[in-house]
Amino acid sequence: MQSQGLLRTLSPAFGAIVFIFIWWLVAQLKLIDPVLLPSPQDSAQAIWVGFAKGNLMLDLKVTIVRTLLAFLIAVCVCVPLGLVLGSSVQLYRSFEFVIDFFRSTPASALFPLFLVILGVGESTKIAVAAFGAGLLILFNTAYGVMNARKVRQAAATVMGASRTRVLVGVTLLESLPQTFVGMRSGVSFALVIVIVAEMFIGSTDGLGQRVINAQMIFNMPEMYAAIFTAGVLGYSMNLFFILVERHFVHWGGK
Amino acid sequence: MNATRTHITVRGLTKSFAGQPLYTGFDLDFPRGKITSIFGPNGCGKSTLINMIAGLIPVDAGEVLFDGKRLSETVIGYVFQNYRDALFPWKRCIDNIKYPLQLAGRSAADCEARAQALIAAFDVRFDLNRYPYELSGGQQQLISIMRALAPEPEVLFLDEPFSALDYEMTLFMRDKLQAIFASTGTTMIVVSHDLEEAVYLADEVLMLTRRPTRVAEVVSLEAARPRSPRTLTSPDFMAAKSRCLDVFQREVQTKVLAT
Repeated sequence: MQSQGLLRTLSPAFGAIVFIFIWWLVAQLKLIDPVLLPSPQDSAQAIWVGFAKGNLMLDLKVTIVRTLLAFLIAVCVCVPLGLVLGSSVQLYRSFEFVIDFFRSTPASALFPLFLVILGVGESTKIAVAAFGAGLLILFNTAYGVMNARKVRQAAATVMGASRTRVLVGVTLLESLPQTFVGMRSGVSFALVIVIVAEMFIGSTDGLGQRVINAQMIFNMPEMYAAIFTAGVLGYSMNLFFILVERHFVHWGGK
Repeated sequence: MNATRTHITVRGLTKSFAGQPLYTGFDLDFPRGKITSIFGPNGCGKSTLINMIAGLIPVDAGEVLFDGKRLSETVIGYVFQNYRDALFPWKRCIDNIKYPLQLAGRSAADCEARAQALIAAFDVRFDLNRYPYELSGGQQQLISIMRALAPEPEVLFLDEPFSALDYEMTLFMRDKLQAIFASTGTTMIVVSHDLEEAVYLADEVLMLTRRPTRVAEVVSLEAARPRSPRTLTSPDFMAAKSRCLDVFQREVQTKVLAT
């Protein structure tokens, strides 16, 4: 029994252990050119050195700030907008095509446009990320509102709630599980766009710039270190959102 | 029906769905301080009727007055069939009950006092600080009823309130509802798809026809309250139920023959 419990606790780590072991084995046997694939130890050391002595921490911070800024702008603009659009099916139908069209347009294709408008700087990176994340948040919020249970709105109405109170006190909360889905995908998407922007749009800092710089000077351990840091960041943000969601939307799916 | 006893007057109610008339020039009076059950064939618009009276569905034409007042000047309570969809899962049960009081702008102390009074009246023993989804179906519907009664409504509407509950819980809830009725005398309008229940709860059973809907007959049941399962076998009850069944079958068959 006890060994079974231990197995269950360790099982999530199992895949990671197998992955690192295969990586180590491949590196050890030199199946891939060591210049291209450094050993796990070298990469781990690069992460350690990057944080302790280099400016990996600084780059991480810059990427986090850009991502969160883009995300915040997206939430502030698109949650209210989604709420309004979703509360009138007719209104949403009128805008559905435009939303779907821009949602299907790769946000990275908009970089040149935003560059022309906003210039080479922070604002372009944040704006494109906010745009992409915003559309995800917008249509998820609108769907959440449209699929809100009509009975709950009716219950509030019959008890004398005004239209605004129903919208804010019932519909908004009712749409929250779906809004959170949008926010979770939105923040991941914002991170993707910010990393890409850091790589190609005149950046001097950020994880994306770090990855591309390391690649250019063929410093593979450092490149892996930056990639893994970006991975940990993405994973942590997702995990953070799941925890926040579980706390605030405790009724979701019940 | 004596005019002074009338609580709700429905005049010239007209409603059609997709061009099909459901109600045309429908007139009806609901008596004050009585339980009226609404029963009729499928699709005759039982729920639509109370939803229109309660202002949840707009009417095409017609007027509904409560003691001569409009709906906006009247406090009503409504118990939905699907308690799971009607309660607010983000609010604790106690806050669900207080919600209509908060809407009315009552003070926190006032809300608490009213909630405690309801808890005492219903003899609630489970923890109301839990969320609705943590409770059983019966307990959730009990919270719905308490929420509907919190603002001391003049009229309580119940749309198939017990149809999602098991039989044991249904019997218990019928007793609870009767006890509340006995202590408050609130006018109640119950939609039911179960004839036995419709007759058992009611002072008057409103039998509706197929659409376009009219009142086929109003069947009264004088049996004393509180009623108990024994009532179900009393001659009064049997007679009323069989009368309802006759009317119902006549209505269903008329249409079948006509079509």
